Amino acid sequence: MRAAMAHRANGHPPPAPPEVTAAVTAAVAEHGDAAGALIPVLSAVNRRLGYLPPAALAEVSRRLGMPASRVYGVARFYTLLSTEPRGRHLVQFCENAPCHVVGGRRVWEALRQALGLAPGETSADGRFTLITTSCIGACAVGPVVVIDDEVHGNLTPDQVEALLARYA
Amino acid sequence: MQTFRSLVLVSGDPRSLALGAQAVFEQLQSAVRQRGLEAEVALKLIGEAGPTAALPLVIIYPEAVVYGPVAPADAADIVQQHLAMGHPVERLQAPERDLGGRLAWLSARRGTLPAEQRILLARAGRIDPESIEDYILHDGYEALGRALTGQTPAEVLSQIEASGLRGRGGAGFPTGRKLRLVAQAEGEEKYIVCNADESEPGTFKDRLLMESDPHALVEAMAIAGYAVGAHTGFVYIRGEYRLAYARLEKAIQQARASRLLGPDLFGTRFGFDVHLHAGAGAYICGEETALLESLEGRRGEPRSRPPYPVTRGLWGQPTAVINVETLANIPPIVRHGAAWYRTFGTPSSPGTKLYTLMGNVNVTGLIEVPMGITLREVITIYARGMKGGGHLKLAQTGGSSGSVIPASLQDTPIDYASFARLGVALGSGALLICDQDTCAVDLVRVLLRFFRHESCGKCTPCRVGTEQAYQILARVAEGGGHPDDAASLERLAHSLEMLSNCGLGQTAAQPLRDLLRHFGAEFDAHVKLGVCPAGACALARRPAVAGILGVPISG
Ligand SMILES: Cc1cc2nc3c(=O)[nH]c(=O)nc-3n(C[C@H](O)[C@H](O)[C@H](O)COP(=O)(O)O)c2cc1C
Ligand code: FES
Repeated sequence: MRAAMAHRANGHPPPAPPEVTAAVTAAVAEHGDAAGALIPVLSAVNRRLGYLPPAALAEVSRRLGMPASRVYGVARFYTLLSTEPRGRHLVQFCENAPCHVVGGRRVWEALRQALGLAPGETSADGRFTLITTSCIGACAVGPVVVIDDEVHGNLTPDQVEALLARYA
Repeated sequence: MQTFRSLVLVSGDPRSLALGAQAVFEQLQSAVRQRGLEAEVALKLIGEAGPTAALPLVIIYPEAVVYGPVAPADAADIVQQHLAMGHPVERLQAPERDLGGRLAWLSARRGTLPAEQRILLARAGRIDPESIEDYILHDGYEALGRALTGQTPAEVLSQIEASGLRGRGGAGFPTGRKLRLVAQAEGEEKYIVCNADESEPGTFKDRLLMESDPHALVEAMAIAGYAVGAHTGFVYIRGEYRLAYARLEKAIQQARASRLLGPDLFGTRFGFDVHLHAGAGAYICGEETALLESLEGRRGEPRSRPPYPVTRGLWGQPTAVINVETLANIPPIVRHGAAWYRTFGTPSSPGTKLYTLMGNVNVTGLIEVPMGITLREVITIYARGMKGGGHLKLAQTGGSSGSVIPASLQDTPIDYASFARLGVALGSGALLICDQDTCAVDLVRVLLRFFRHESCGKCTPCRVGTEQAYQILARVAEGGGHPDDAASLERLAHSLEMLSNCGLGQTAAQPLRDLLRHFGAEFDAHVKLGVCPAGACALARRPAVAGILGVPISG
């Protein structure tokens, strides 16, 4: 990020990789370039690239005519936006009370053990990133784990291994 | 799974007991047993049932028949005629003039089920949510047409005010008053903002409303816009709600194509349009001023108030921020009138309420019932009882910003006035029902973990207070409690409540207070005896104390 800003200060913006430019162009085409579009634009880019690399933030800042610090501040604030690369599959464990009281803790322990990851970590082979999330509104079928966009409910600890095996 | 066909409550307050309630209860019990109805009829001696002179009372659900005063000798008739044959015993029914408040309301509904009352969910599951034709065939856009062509904005406003509708987003502010404030405020533009951020743990009612009946929200926003003189509406929808977003997007397109959104609606000079805006994951954005910040493309940090959004909201203009469920009440109110609306619920809280049921019960999911129902009714009738024959220990109402309430309050009507009197927060409509295996300390620890994580960090009392409270609870749950931990939590609750900038920190105090007030003995057991009476928290998993679990403890 800092490198990107330094480049701009020198008048030499780093050339954004083509996939980054394409993602930002598509997002701006859909949501516009007004100030209020910042979050939808970042969300769209994040979805397409998997995270928000410094080049993408710089490009968004340029297109929306907004200070890079503001773009960066917003990107850091929201949990659906990530400034770090993530694994191929994002494993989100719901850690809120409704899932907790119906056996969430034991599922969490099984999940951590099966993945060998602490929350926020990505596996060495780049396959999984494990994070905790707040309630995703599937509590009627808790405990709940979301992998990529798929919600898995009514989980028990002994189902965890088989579930993960479905994501290569 | 244990399900009962009938629920029989006997009032067991001191006056009822003095008048023979215990004997009535026992006679009912033996008559039920004699007729072999134990598996179908749940019988409970409760505390005070409500204001009446006709004690002792016997109330039978789901018909909601109120008997009183009942003598032990009447028990056989009630069981024989009512429970076995299905005919209420008229001569024993409490005279209407002797009943007040909730009992009068129940009694007025005699003979009908206090069953699910579907006003908001009337179309859910019955229509194709992606078809505007289906919506129109089922009364859709009738209220908007009627308002625009037959009523002045002032008349629509008065109607909403007269209905007594209160905000369902958690705070319960009267919706009519909010709209009037916006209508009266000066501004070049005015906005209706629908709060569809729904991030309260355990709450998914707004999602289901939007997914099953998206046009209802569009119609409601247009009516609200007409009432206050706004021409633009925004739906701020939680980023994870992809299906609800897609359905709303489609609904808006269809409404525009059918000229139910856009300029000159129904041949009048009034125009209205709706825009969608997806959030990006931050609980605090449900707070209305943080939501407006986010809508303007900034970090979702709450603004200082005053000024309130009703005078200076989105882009500095007068704005009504209204919850999805609240809005969904508006078309039925306009269609049927305020008097009709007030026939549902209680005088202080008219209408129905959506609840999400979850936890250790047999049936989980979404229900719509009249305001004023009790927790016991919800558990017995709709949730079909506790799972595995367990018993209710506590319930957590309204997600994290609600209250942790003990089983002793399960006969309190769930409405704004009754809950406020008890210092309990109704919150958003989540009902997390927990059995004896839930540890109150552990539960409150998990709630505080949520607040700690979601605190936006802008104000220090909230950021530091939620962190410290969490650390104390985590330590207590691990067996490292100090004798002064209760006092520290009390102090933290006080400063969270008094010094936090917004509702997040203020509501974080509630579960701490509930823990100390209702589950003090259980907290002390952790701190002073080093045991978890429920055998559920981290402390219980330490081998050293595993042998002395099950120490009897009250609460
Ligand atoms: C931390 C916090 C989170 C909130 N989250 C929500 C929410 O997700 N949905 C909602 O409708 N209201 C939420 N509210 C309440 C809103 O600030 C506001 O009172 C509400 O949207 C007003 O609508 P109503 O009058 O229809 O209830 C939240 C409040 C606080 C303090
Ligand atoms: S608490 Fe886990 S999905 Fe709601």
